[in-house]
Amino acid sequence: MSALRPDLEIIDHWIAPRSRVLDLGCGDGTLLRHLRENKQVESYGLEIDDDNIARCIKAGVNVIQMDIDAGLSDFDADSFDYVVMSQTLQAVQHPDRILDEMLRVGREGIVTFPNFGHWLNRLQITFGGRMPLTRVLPEPWYQTPNIHLCTLRDFEQLCHAKGIEILQRKVVNSAHRTGPLMHLLPNLFAEIALYRFRRG
Amino acid sequence: MPDTIPGDSVGLVTPQTIQFDAPLTLDCGRTLPGYQLIYETYGELNAARSNAVLICHALSSDHHAAGYHSTEDRKPGWWEACIGPGKPIDTDRFFVVCPNNLGGCKGSTGPLTINPDTGKRYGPDFPIVTVGDWVRSQAQLADRLGIERWAAVIGGSLGGMQALQWAIDHPQRLRHSIVIAAAPKLSAQNIAFNEVARQAIMSDPDFHAGRYYEHDTVPRRGLMLARMLGHITYLSDESMRKKFGRELRQGKINYGFDVEFQVESYLRYQGRSFVERFDANSYLLMTKALDYFDPASKTGGDLAAALKPVQAHFLVISFTSDWRFAPARSREMVKALTEGDNPVAYAEIEAHQGHDAFLMPIPQYLKVFRAYMERVAEETNR
Repeated sequence: MSALRPDLEIIDHWIAPRSRVLDLGCGDGTLLRHLRENKQVESYGLEIDDDNIARCIKAGVNVIQMDIDAGLSDFDADSFDYVVMSQTLQAVQHPDRILDEMLRVGREGIVTFPNFGHWLNRLQITFGGRMPLTRVLPEPWYQTPNIHLCTLRDFEQLCHAKGIEILQRKVVNSAHRTGPLMHLLPNLFAEIALYRFRRG
Repeated sequence: MPDTIPGDSVGLVTPQTIQFDAPLTLDCGRTLPGYQLIYETYGELNAARSNAVLICHALSSDHHAAGYHSTEDRKPGWWEACIGPGKPIDTDRFFVVCPNNLGGCKGSTGPLTINPDTGKRYGPDFPIVTVGDWVRSQAQLADRLGIERWAAVIGGSLGGMQALQWAIDHPQRLRHSIVIAAAPKLSAQNIAFNEVARQAIMSDPDFHAGRYYEHDTVPRRGLMLARMLGHITYLSDESMRKKFGRELRQGKINYGFDVEFQVESYLRYQGRSFVERFDANSYLLMTKALDYFDPASKTGGDLAAALKPVQAHFLVISFTSDWRFAPARSREMVKALTEGDNPVAYAEIEAHQGHDAFLMPIPQYLKVFRAYMERVAEETNR
């Protein structure tokens, strides 16, 4: 078994064996394949990219080629234990609606996203006057797929407004390690945030 | 045929026929006293008999899916893009079986066959056959070939419907079902097109209520029109624009009703050449099989309920410009499969070729198809 990307490793820890998972933007299917082989998890992955579709199929992942922005109407309410969205929330048309959809079809939601409140981003905007370019956000503003960046505080405020209960939060840097500063001031020092949540 | 047979072709092939003496009861309630199927095979059946795949053909195609019948052939079989050594349906790894369906006109029992009761060709008296009947006859072919379980049943369009029906009717007898450019049932619009095609044939004065063989003629104009109409639905607006645009054959408008635009010439050619190779009564039967296909009709319209018995893993493929069986129709099947927790992969291929795309060597299509079949092959050897 090959080592999992650290953020996927954290998600893997959060997911109970033999559960049902829907992965929104499942990439090359690494997480789902891992969950199937190690936790007997039944899953479907949604993906839009042609190359990833072929990779998922090669990996034996149940991948369905569709655009998440078109909604999840092909899935019935409460049909999954977890709906996962890794590094995709900030790239969808309507992050708020997608959260509703995740909790309609799933019992719990898991998202990860880059924290726009990270000090390096703040520094680049404040003193450089330009959109940040970092390890986590490497594309210039005109090429980035990230159209709805947010900070930890933004996300938590939205969850609060929607009556979504946050069950777990994990904050890491781009090497997916955590540290004391991050725990003290997560919105300033976390580069990547991971949340597990459910309807409140 | 090309001067030399390409390395990725199965090369020269010879069809075989097989006779079934036991009566076959059909969905329409009538019984065929016995029947014959013509089929082709490519590749070798392995010792475990686990590498056989069944190819189901569409409306107007037949058992000749790949390779050439003779060195004189201009064109290879209809699915040469996907079947052959190193191709998605790799004949170095799979034993491929492709029969001509009952009711066809290429050698399997159909309207051209002599009716034992009358000593004349069945013609219009040939019973209406359904997708379920085809699956039943294909299962008998599998029995005779000693294939207990197909590694995969594969088809495009009406062939995809057979692959779906197989998974419902014989859950234990296939490991994978590959459904390409198909739909779980026809829409009113689909049926409407079929009806116009049938009316074109049946209103041809040479049709003679289907007994044209006895009048030594064929409903040439009707069948030609039916094919021309069908062909429009196989292409897309974009592919027609790309292929013909408004190009004129003589470079100028002649203010008449002769062929002027290239697209007219193309359609007439397609229609005329179809008349040479297809029987009108068979065409009528095939369109009816399409119209009647609706596995969910037995479960009150609930496709997921109809798919309850399914054990096969599915690959479903659609093409963006296919408006005959649009991607949304494939997604209906995917939705029903996910509702029942059935393993399924779904690819929506960006293609401008319309419904016909499933016959073409579109790189992403071949890539996805190959990736899936490689997994099927790996399981086969396990």
